[in-house]
Amino acid sequence: MPETKNGKGFMLTTAQKVLRQASAYRGLLILSLLLAAATVALTLYVPILIGQAIDRIVGAGQVDFSGLAQTLVTIGVCVAATGLLQWVLGAVNNRMTYHIVRDVRREAFARIQRLPLSYLDQNPTGDLVSRIIADVDQFADGLLMGFTQLFTGVTTILATLTFMFVLRWQIALVVLCVTPLSLLLARFVGMRTFHMFREQSRTRGEQTALVDELIGQQKVVQAFGQEPQMLAKFDEVNQRLADATLRATFYSSITFPSTRFINAIVYAGVALGGALSAVGTGGLFTVGQLATFLSYVTQYTRPFSEITGVVTELQNAMACAARIFALIEEPLETPDAPAAGALTDVRGDVDVTNLAFSYTAARPFIQDFSLTARQGQRIAIVGPTGCGKTTIINLLMRFFDVDAGAIQIDGQDIRTVTRRSLRAGFGMVLQDSWLKTATVRENLLMGNPRATEQEMIAAAKASHAHSFIKRLPQGYDTLIGEEGGGLSQGQKQLLCIARVMLSQPPMLILDEATSSIDTRTEMKIQDAFLKLMEGRTSFIVAHRLSTIRSADVIVVMKDGRIIEQGDHDSLLKLGGFYATLYNSQFAA
Amino acid sequence: MKKLLIYLNGYRKESILGPLFKLLEALQELLVPLVVAAIIDVGIAQRDTGYILRMCLLLVLLGAVGLASAITAQYFAAKAATGFGKALRHALLRHIQRLNFAQLDKLGAGTLVTRMTSDMNLAQTGVNMTLRLLLRSPFIVIGATVMAFTVDAPTAGVFLAVIPVLAVVVSAIMLITLPLYQKVQARLDRVLVTTRENLTGVRVIRAFGMEAEETADFAERNSALTVMQKFVGRISALMNPMTYIIINAGVAWLIWRGAVRVDAGLITQGAVVALYNYMSQILVELIKLANLIITITRAVAGGNRIQSVLAVQPTLPSPEASPMEDAAAPAIVFDHVSLRYHPGGDAALTDISFAVPRGQTVGIIGGTGSGKSSLVSLVPRFYEVSGGQVRVQGADVRSYPLAQLRRKVGVVPQQAALFRGTIAENLRFGNPDATDAELWQALATAQATEVVQGKGGLQAEVEQGGRNLSGGQRQRLTIARALVKNPEILILDDSASALDYATDAALRKALRALPGGMTVLVVSQRAASIQFADQIIVLEDGHMAGIGASDALLKTCDVYREIYQSQFRKEDAPHA
Repeated sequence: MPETKNGKGFMLTTAQKVLRQASAYRGLLILSLLLAAATVALTLYVPILIGQAIDRIVGAGQVDFSGLAQTLVTIGVCVAATGLLQWVLGAVNNRMTYHIVRDVRREAFARIQRLPLSYLDQNPTGDLVSRIIADVDQFADGLLMGFTQLFTGVTTILATLTFMFVLRWQIALVVLCVTPLSLLLARFVGMRTFHMFREQSRTRGEQTALVDELIGQQKVVQAFGQEPQMLAKFDEVNQRLADATLRATFYSSITFPSTRFINAIVYAGVALGGALSAVGTGGLFTVGQLATFLSYVTQYTRPFSEITGVVTELQNAMACAARIFALIEEPLETPDAPAAGALTDVRGDVDVTNLAFSYTAARPFIQDFSLTARQGQRIAIVGPTGCGKTTIINLLMRFFDVDAGAIQIDGQDIRTVTRRSLRAGFGMVLQDSWLKTATVRENLLMGNPRATEQEMIAAAKASHAHSFIKRLPQGYDTLIGEEGGGLSQGQKQLLCIARVMLSQPPMLILDEATSSIDTRTEMKIQDAFLKLMEGRTSFIVAHRLSTIRSADVIVVMKDGRIIEQGDHDSLLKLGGFYATLYNSQFAA
Repeated sequence: MKKLLIYLNGYRKESILGPLFKLLEALQELLVPLVVAAIIDVGIAQRDTGYILRMCLLLVLLGAVGLASAITAQYFAAKAATGFGKALRHALLRHIQRLNFAQLDKLGAGTLVTRMTSDMNLAQTGVNMTLRLLLRSPFIVIGATVMAFTVDAPTAGVFLAVIPVLAVVVSAIMLITLPLYQKVQARLDRVLVTTRENLTGVRVIRAFGMEAEETADFAERNSALTVMQKFVGRISALMNPMTYIIINAGVAWLIWRGAVRVDAGLITQGAVVALYNYMSQILVELIKLANLIITITRAVAGGNRIQSVLAVQPTLPSPEASPMEDAAAPAIVFDHVSLRYHPGGDAALTDISFAVPRGQTVGIIGGTGSGKSSLVSLVPRFYEVSGGQVRVQGADVRSYPLAQLRRKVGVVPQQAALFRGTIAENLRFGNPDATDAELWQALATAQATEVVQGKGGLQAEVEQGGRNLSGGQRQRLTIARALVKNPEILILDDSASALDYATDAALRKALRALPGGMTVLVVSQRAASIQFADQIIVLEDGHMAGIGASDALLKTCDVYREIYQSQFRKEDAPHA
């Protein structure tokens, strides 16, 4: 996170980062600026030519047709060139914008793959997704288009003034004097409306949160017959939002008519100055030049209102950019040690010694946790919700790093081997079954891309997934939608189990793996699990005590500590926490 | 979108006055070139400085009139648009509240929230911009043409040639790019899905070491999006240059024809300048119009999506009068009930019949997807039966006013969801008049006393969705919430799944001890949770596989026995 979150320093650092991001497109940027300058110059040259053309049409019998034809041809050439340049400019800007969007997204996505899990756990998925999708779009649109508009706007204003001064400085002076009025006005309105817009978006945020809740929990609302009360609650916010929106929309919409009015004054001033000049100079200042001037004035105020719009857009873009850079700059996972080798030929002896870990430094969580698992043993971890069972799993997989103590596999500290090889050593089935949007086959082959068709089907059969896969519209080639849509929770879990069966890992982690499967199906796949666990060191977290009673070691945890450890019978005899837990299953 | 415009009804005055004042402003703009022509032809030609001064003052005056009418127009437009948004949001939420559960399932909460927020903003902005600009642009284009004809009809013929060409070019580009933009959206959706998926599945992806493959996958989709964006961008970037070229070609042609007429002494130089000015006004207006059309297209798309939700007819008629209840009848009767969520779809429940006397506790057990939740949802009439009849206290549930029926039934849903607010507010959800003592009593029954004390009492804040509570804590609070309602029938839909066995057992004991003879339906996957119920209904694939007490079922019902044995080893089970 940037240290200076307030004021100009923050805008500046963000702007620097943005420029660094855009530096790969320096060539395109320069091209874009050159094209913009050329377009502006040509666009402003055309009215001069038209003025000259008009001056060749003085009155009856006083028309210079050959000169007029020449001027009109020049106009045609200039206009065609302007059109072409405009189009190329648009294409260049698009290319630059979309490529920067692409690059930033790619970078952000790559970072996500390497960010510590603690960060991803703490930040809601929706928020991170909206940074990578919506914020990146807003940032690129706002920043680049804002920037080019700003450039075009400023160039137009400066060039127009220059042209005017060359044509007739007296009138140009009139324009120059009235112009600041327009700027002042825009600034005044902008300042007045800023807090109105903030109020509007605040209220809108409030309403969105309420809507989210009311619609998300609509069934509860209906079940409790609370529709009228909830509607009244909504109406109150809705009314405030309508008021805030009306204020913000109306006051901000005053800008345009006001600048148009100032424009009208400038227009009248120029008409007056021009006409008086034409009369006073006795034809030295021509009617055609007056037409040119008037056309300039019309074009000249547009950049002003655009520039004021650009400022808001830039501010918004900066805010979005800051959110993206906060993600991109988030410190990554500690990299694998430089000398880290791959963990190969895993036997599966796991030694955990004096482990300590906490999510927040202030509150120690896992403390003094030691555990020894020999090759092929089954270790069950039980305890009430929130006791740290899943955290231990996360530490074994090195999703988090321990604060103190060590985890060793086959005598090697897991911090001395690559994460990739460590994780390849474990097969993992979690409570929330996750599948990617892809075919069933692609999902199954995730852990073992080289598996043969027969191996895949064997794994599916062993996990009782084959029969329902066969019934899917395209069998193994059926596309599974987002978040496994179309399949039941239990079916998804069976696929996850098949996925692990296929990858044949030396060690296993089953974190509430069967809690979403009904017990009869569970019993049926129990055999498959038992076969899978044969000879593999396995860590099992489960609610259902029936699943764990045959474990070699049962670890009972409470508040991050081990309170009991032993096999089922010895723990029952002990008559402690485990015994109470176990007996409560059968209590009345 | 069209049907939504009735929500502008309350703002008819504003919706008419807004555009009218806008037209007044446009009219003023159309007069300006005439004044300038007069300055050239009269003021400059006759060297009349007094006349020039008066005309310039007239220009300022016209500007002032324009300012006043524009501001008035903006105000009416903003008022009508925000009023429209307010009314529509209210109407949509009210509509959503009347949808039945099957419709809510089908539409999905995510979709509905989007309709309610971002689509709504699009529609509101669209109305605002339309009221402000839509009439103005054609008016200026047509008005400028008409004015040009009053200046000099033969020369103004150029306008009649230029405008159709412009119309064709603008609409052709729009028609070509619109479907392409939809393709861009589809590709963006794929990028979004990949991103979301990688966040939700981060553990699995890292466990399988798939980071590199996923990144490559993302890069490919991301590039596909960029390619499409650039392609559409190049086409739509044609719009401005082409209109610019057409208009200026028109100007050149206009000047040439004007020159011929001036040479013949038919019109003046000032008239040519005026004609040129009108042509320029059209150009400026067209640029605005193109931007406006994009806004309006998006607004209409958003409006249509809102309209499609409003078009879903709530099919849950609620009678006005209360039915005759029968004091002697069982609390709940299912009479050959079947349920299909979608017409023509698979049956979720088939031919279910049973009766529950008052005060009984009934357990419902079965595998995942066997229809347990569907069955209990029929009691408070969350879904409509497809066949048969559900009776509560002797009367068909369809004969009750919905509010009355649901007051009788307390539901603890599978997903334990709470609302933002204090714990007390959450608990009083179904019974605003409950006293603190009643709340604490319900909390005690729900085994949640410690939870509330640990959070700092009844006034402790609950975050949205109850995020600051664990799953088990939420479940216990939702149970307490249903109890505070003091319902005649309590439904626990697998609502003790996140509780450990000890707490679950204590909860069951406390529920049984409640006075007043509440009828309780308990859905569970755990045989232990229901084995002491008065009756157990065993479901398999939507059929009733058995009904009776645990002991009897163990003898007669294979499905029940299998479930039971999968959870208890024979030697442990006290009753087997």
